[in-house]
Amino acid sequence: MSAALDLITRVRGVRGAMLVSAEDGLVIAEQLMEGIKGGAVAALAASLAGRLRRAMEAAGQGRSVFWHLQGEQGALLVVPSGNAGDGGNILVVAVAEPDVNIGLVRLELLRAAERAI
Amino acid sequence: MSPHTRAVESWTLQPLTDFVREASVRLVLVLTPSGQVLAQSGFSRAVDVMSAAALAAAIVASTGQLARELRQPPFGALSHQGLRHGFFLASFTSERGTLAVLAVYDLDVSSLGLVQLFYEQLAAELKAASPKGAVPKQVLAADFERELTDSLNTLFGR
Repeated sequence: MSAALDLITRVRGVRGAMLVSAEDGLVIAEQLMEGIKGGAVAALAASLAGRLRRAMEAAGQGRSVFWHLQGEQGALLVVPSGNAGDGGNILVVAVAEPDVNIGLVRLELLRAAERAI
Repeated sequence: MSPHTRAVESWTLQPLTDFVREASVRLVLVLTPSGQVLAQSGFSRAVDVMSAAALAAAIVASTGQLARELRQPPFGALSHQGLRHGFFLASFTSERGTLAVLAVYDLDVSSLGLVQLFYEQLAAELKAASPKGAVPKQVLAADFERELTDSLNTLFGR
């Protein structure tokens, strides 16, 4: 799991990476810079993932494979992994600077998700 | 204020109202280890409050005793997760004495992570709001039923 998170945190502009249980919003593994509240990020990511999954199902769009939440002071990037049937039971999460290379982080999140399963 | 959130001791009301909104929990009780309810949210019947408070107090007592048997500090929190609902029970000390919080949440609306996160905020706000220098009142068996009735009348606006 640590190796999976290493893939993400070595990208410039990434301030931390986590594996989060999508079901209960708890941290499974984390590599975070000081000052990032892992528990809060995990709870937020799982809450959003659950709501997004239901919204996408209702809209007939299938399950999400990547999502990106841009804030004024940072960005949250998430790839659900694990059992595809329930929309992913592990979330691979990156916390990044606002101007991070989104494409590169997405690529590493997808790689990390493959390793994390 | 949510119409379903009521407090016997008014200083608990705002922190509890915030917790209910932010953690999206369905039912909450703030109680003492003896089962005396200080505030509730989401309950519609007095009998449910009485049962939940008695059961929560019993769990706090039994896990506290288990910790003592194991020569451990008291357990901080207990979580159970079912198919559709989860419940979270935790206790902390304040100027009002030890208080316990029982929260029940729907798994498709909230999560253990969210409840834990906002419980920490609730506990901190209740500690800050609790009356300073207040000596926790002993509830005697002879007064318990009258106090319980009074509390339930307040909690259900009778």
